Formats: sequence, structure tokens, C-alpha cells
Amino acid sequence: MLAYILRRLVMSALILLGVSFITFVLLYVLPADPVRQIAGRSATPETVESIRRQLGLDQPFIVQYGRYLWNLLQGDLGRSYLQKTEVAVLISARLPATLLLMLAAIVCELVIGLTLGVIAALYRGRALDNVLMLSSFVTVSAPQFVVALLLLYVFAVQLGWFPIGGYGTFAHLVLPALTLGILGSGWYARIMRSSMLDVLRADFIRTARAKGLGRGRIILGHAVPNAILPVIAMIGIDIGIFMSGIVVVESVFGWPGIGQLAWQAIQRVDIPIIMGVTLVSAFAIVIGNLIADLISPLIDPRIKLR
Amino acid sequence: MKKLILSTALAAMMAISPALAETPIPGGNMIVTYKDDVATLDPAIGYDWQNWSMIKSVFDGLMDYEPGTTVLRPGLAESYTISDDGLTYTFKLRPGVKFHNGREMVAEDVVYSINRVVNPATQSPGQGFFGMIEGFDASAADGSALSGVSAPDASTVVFKLSRPDATFLHVMALNFSYVVPKEVVEAEGADFGKKPVGTGAFSLTEWTLGQRLVFTKNPDYWIAGVPYLDSFTVEVGQEPVVALLRAQNGEVDIPGDGIPPAKFTEVMGDPAQAANVVEGGQLHTGYITMNVTAAPFDKVEVRRAVNMAINKDRIVQVINGRAVPATQPLPPSMPGYTKDYAGYAYDIDAAKALLAGAGYPDGFETELYVMNTDPNPRIAQAIQQDLKAIGITANIRSLAQANVIEAGGAGTAPMIWSGGMAWIADFPDPSNFYGPILGCGGAVEGGWNWSKYCNADLDALAAKADSTVDPARADERLKLWSDVYMGVMEDAPWAPVFNEQRFTLKSPRMGGADALYVDPVSIPVNYDYVYIKE
Repeated sequence: MLAYILRRLVMSALILLGVSFITFVLLYVLPADPVRQIAGRSATPETVESIRRQLGLDQPFIVQYGRYLWNLLQGDLGRSYLQKTEVAVLISARLPATLLLMLAAIVCELVIGLTLGVIAALYRGRALDNVLMLSSFVTVSAPQFVVALLLLYVFAVQLGWFPIGGYGTFAHLVLPALTLGILGSGWYARIMRSSMLDVLRADFIRTARAKGLGRGRIILGHAVPNAILPVIAMIGIDIGIFMSGIVVVESVFGWPGIGQLAWQAIQRVDIPIIMGVTLVSAFAIVIGNLIADLISPLIDPRIKLR
Repeated sequence: MKKLILSTALAAMMAISPALAETPIPGGNMIVTYKDDVATLDPAIGYDWQNWSMIKSVFDGLMDYEPGTTVLRPGLAESYTISDDGLTYTFKLRPGVKFHNGREMVAEDVVYSINRVVNPATQSPGQGFFGMIEGFDASAADGSALSGVSAPDASTVVFKLSRPDATFLHVMALNFSYVVPKEVVEAEGADFGKKPVGTGAFSLTEWTLGQRLVFTKNPDYWIAGVPYLDSFTVEVGQEPVVALLRAQNGEVDIPGDGIPPAKFTEVMGDPAQAANVVEGGQLHTGYITMNVTAAPFDKVEVRRAVNMAINKDRIVQVINGRAVPATQPLPPSMPGYTKDYAGYAYDIDAAKALLAGAGYPDGFETELYVMNTDPNPRIAQAIQQDLKAIGITANIRSLAQANVIEAGGAGTAPMIWSGGMAWIADFPDPSNFYGPILGCGGAVEGGWNWSKYCNADLDALAAKADSTVDPARADERLKLWSDVYMGVMEDAPWAPVFNEQRFTLKSPRMGGADALYVDPVSIPVNYDYVYIKE
């Protein structure tokens, strides 16, 4: 077990190294020249060269990347070219908002997805099942931007139940969490449905029925708790999908998280911020996957970690 | 003989006039929204249209503008004199002006602030504006103190220039010249842009990253009674569409990013909403450059034909009427604009005849470079159709901004549509539309003169205009600049297409002259002079 965790940690570090390298290469070959951006359009060529030297951007690629890694190992994500602020400060100021949204969204996803999955399984092959599975397909494929704006327009602008974007109170949290929840619920509904179907065919359900237990108790007391386990293990993997979802949802709802930070940085080609957010997101995904793998054997003893 | 130019009393009288229509009411908090977080409030660094006006409210320079106009007035300087040769400017500072930290602002602060911007270690995008100050080249290279700026006593600052330059007073009104307190800048280091301390009408009292900035009235501001607002809050991270919805709901006073293009027709079509929109000119011109160093655009007839072929009214329609057709390089709100010049008339037959005369009776094939974000590709298609009508086949090359600028600077692009890249003036003076984009100095590798147009006679005329520093001869100078741009139109290295208009949406409770909401130097509004009516 310990050896497994160690091996996974080493692999995770290698993955992060790979991510940092690929991101650095992509941003390096980008046509935007950060120095010209800093220097402004009135700058003389001498000024441009002087700034390039000061930032070390005149060095060859491998030197720049090496220096970035060295600073990274010391916990230094660099400074934003445009905001002249530590990237670590910018990210840590926004991380709580993203974590809160993520937590709320996972709750929404599970509540919506599991409920629909159970219902669909119970009505397997009938019209309701088909409708639910079709709608889960729609939510999985729907563009986040459209769903977010639709919810915002209906529930905030037209009905006035929630504030029109922003951050601070529980009411602000509902719509963005619901948007991510609806969009992510389709996966969970489908997995829950098939998991439920497996469980409903299992021997212990037949035993329970033979004992004369009521339908409600069989489903809620025996089937759902067993069917839910593989779904829980999904959450860790889901973090990756979240990280892409929050960029759009945070922007639409004015949610001050790292997704919005990334979106603004991309539009301004603020390379140190893009690097920083990418690494932090990759870190979250790697950790999420690791945790998912580690808890799998706890949920299902048949899984062995080696 | 030295001339005393403007006294405080005169400036104060002029400042009152726009506000006479209504009596401003003090108090209240105004809410402004933006999509992006504010980058920095360091006046030496901030150079985007979002932080530009906020910096104006937190800091002051020696010179300033009448609110809502392009007319210069003294700011932290109480008065100034210009020597007869136009090379020495002596500013007398206003007494008793305090920084937000309570310390009195003195002449040494001005000297420090100017040196700071020129010092290469500051990495200021405004460094290049100070090239006329004596000793600039040495200081810009090694960061040593400028020889051309000194403080003989605590209330006097003397600038020595290496050449007469009529734009110098405008440069002293640029954000880059704003006065910062040395001890705070040195204590905060790179974080000064997040914790600014100036002499301005407002001080920054809260900055929650990614959420909001709160600017609070400076009770000791040196202009009595100003500002009118108790505070204004800038909420960031709000998409323009969402900001508009909130404004319609009465939650926002000014959506800083403006009316989103997709909603523009809808808002302007609704009389109730359109009544809250203030329209004004911008110091902007969108134009097509033609590379005069290579065939076929080396022939002036071809360039004039292109000017005649462009249906500017239709292109204005493409962007929902958010602009006015341009006749010349300068925008109409810029001093020096030639009012009685109608530009090249839209005339396809005359254009065809010119092309035939130049040896292209069947037209030719060329390339039109354009930045790849909306609405620029659509505008390029309209241009393409117009050129097709006179037989020119223009293949559109739609690229990322940096690639178009690269091609323009290298001189490899035969035609470029300037939208999304150029040109908005940094300060309201006609010279700002010439040097870098039409003058010989800009026609170099990597320069912004994408036509690579270089007319030595016009360069000489421009130099003559800018050495006319006596403010009493300002009209004479503007006439010279008008002549320069008429000369440019004769040679036709550009086809000017339109001047973008500004549309500021404000809540019904906002008061103050309309000009304050389309202030030529403060976008979206002049924070110091607007007020809340109720």
C-alpha cells in the first residue's frame, strides 16, 4: 500500500512536470510578445530590448524553462507581466471561491444525478427511463455558456429570485452551482442507472425481497447504498471536468475564482498567470485521481492496489 | 522676456462653466462594472483604457484637462512660464497640496516621478513620451538622473528640453507624468500599483482581488468641493452582457465595458433605454494602410482609387452605426481636424478610370490583412466587396493581432485594416496621429507606419508645427497640422474609413453634463465631476 502511494506520488510529480513543459512550450511559441505588451506602442527598440533582458526573455528556451522550474520548486510561480503582482497571491486570493463553488456543484450534481439515475433504473425500458436518459445526454452536451445565461436570465433577471451574478452570499452561490450541477449530473445519472441495474439483479436483493421487505426499504436501504459506491469514486475523476467548466461558469456569473482569472489572463496573454492556473488545475486533477484510486479498495474490497 | 501663461483664477473660472447648467449634489456611491480585474493603478505602468481614468482620479500631474474637453489647464502646477526659445519650462507648484498619506507634495516629488518613469528599471510603457527632455537618452539607457529636470526650490520645477516641442504640456498631463511619493513607492516596491498613494480626488480604500475596488473621496482635495461623489465602487469580473442586465435592473450605474455589440441595436431601439445613453466622439480612426514601397500601391493613382472605392456608410452599418465615416486621418474631436474637407467621394467609375490610367485596367490581386476578432473580419469582407467592384481582388488574411502587427511592421502586408489595433490617440493633440503611424520615423522595421509612407516635406512641416510652442500661436500650429494631414490625403497612403463613437450607458440617477460621460481623456466617465442626482 505504502509502496503504491509512493509510486503514484512519483508518477504524479512526473505528470505535473510534463504539464509544465507542454504549457511552457505552447506559450513560448505563441506569437504574442509579452515584452512588446509591457513596453507599449511608443517604446523604442532599445527599451524593448532592455525589458527583455531584465525579464530574462532573451535567454534560450531551455534556460528560461529551467529557471521557471527552479523557482517553482521554491514555491515561486512568478509575477504577472501586466498586473505586476505575484501569481501565487492572485491564485490564493481566488482559490477559496473556486473551492466553495466546486463543493456546492458536486452536491448539486450528486443530488440531481443520483436521483435521476435511481428513477431511470426503476423504470428501466419504459418511457420515463428514455426521457431521463435523453435529457442526461442533452445536459452533458449542452454548452455551459448557454445554460449559465439561460438560468441567469430566467431566475435572476425575470423572476428576481437570485442576484444577477456576483459573490458573497448563499443566494449568489445557487445559480452557478446549479449550472455546473445540471451539466455534470448527466454522467452521474447514467452511471447510477447502470450501477443500480447491476445491484437490482444481485442475489442479496432477491434475498431481501424473499424476506418480504417492502419495495421502498429494498431500494433505499439495500440497493442505493450499494449502487452508490462506484459513483463516489467518480468524483475524483470529475475534478478535471470541473476545472474546464469553471472557466465559463465563473466568467458568466462574475464568480471571483481561478477559472475567471484564467479566462482574463488568456485574453490578455498574461503568460505567468496562465502557467500558474494550469499548474494548479493540473495539480488538483492529479490529486483528485489519486484520491479516487486510493478510496476505491475501501469501497470495493475486490479492488487491490499494487 | 518670459510669459506667464495661465493663472489659477482663470483656470478655476473655466472649470466652473460646464457645471453651471445644474448644481452638483455631493454624496452617494456610484457603481461601475468591468469584465477584467484592474491591472495596476501605478501611473508609471497603467496603460489600458480601464485603469487610465481611475489613475486620473487617484493621482494628479502638473497639467490637466478641463473636464469633458481636450483643453489643457494647470493641475498641480499653479502657473508656468515658457522661455522664448521654447526649451525651458518653469512650473510653480500649488502650495499646500497633500498626498493621501498626509505629507505635503513638493518639487522633489515631481523630479522623482519623472525620473522614475524614464528609468528602464521601472519598465514603463510611457518612457518614450519623454524623449524631448534633455538627457533622456542617457537616463533611458542606464537609469541615471535626467539632466533636464530639476527643483531649484520646494515649489519650483524646471524642465530643459533638447528640442522645442509643443506637445510637452500634453505630456505633462499624461498619467505617466503623475506625481508619486518616493517613500511610499520605495516601501511598497512592485506592489505600489495595488496600494497607490497620490494627491488625487479619490483614494483607494479597498481592493479585493477579483471582486471590487472602492475609491473614497479625498476630503482635503486641492480643488474645493471636488469630487462630488462620496465614493465609487468598481466591481470586476462582470461579463458585459450580465453588466447590462444589472444596469437595466438598476443595480449598476455605469457598465464600464459599454453596451455589448450583440445588444446594441436592442438598447438603442428602445427609447426608454436610449435616453440613458450618451454618445460622443473618440480620438480614434480606423483605416486601411497601403504599402507604398511595393507595386501596385507605389502608384498614387491606385491608392486614390482605393479611397474612392470604399463605401464607408455601408461599413458603418456593418458595425450597427457605432461610428461615423472618416474623411481624413484625424478624428473630428481632435484639434486640427479640417472641417471643410470632405475626403475622397465614393465614386466607382472615377476609381476605375484612375486604375486604368495607372496601368491596371483589369485590376490586380492583392492581400488584405486583418485582426481575427469580430467585427474586423466582417469589415474586411465589406472592403473586399468594395474593391471587387473596381476589379481589385483582395484576399483576406485574418490573423491574431500580434501577427498582423508583425506583418505591418515588417512591411510584408500590402493592405491592412487597422481595426482592433490602431489608432487611438494617447493625448488630444494632432501630432499624436502623425509621428509613429504616418511619419518617416515610424516607417522602419517594427514601426507602426504600416504604409511605410515617408514624405520628407511633410515631416519638416510637422517638425515646424511642433516647434511652435507659444500657446498664443496655437491656432497657427493647428493650421500647420491641418496642412500636414491634407498633404497625407493627397498622397493617400491610407484610406480612412471611420471614427468610432463612444456610447456610455448611465443609470437615470447619474447627473452632470453629458460631456463628462464621454470625456475624451477619461473612459468611461470623469469620476471627479459626475454626481448622483437624488
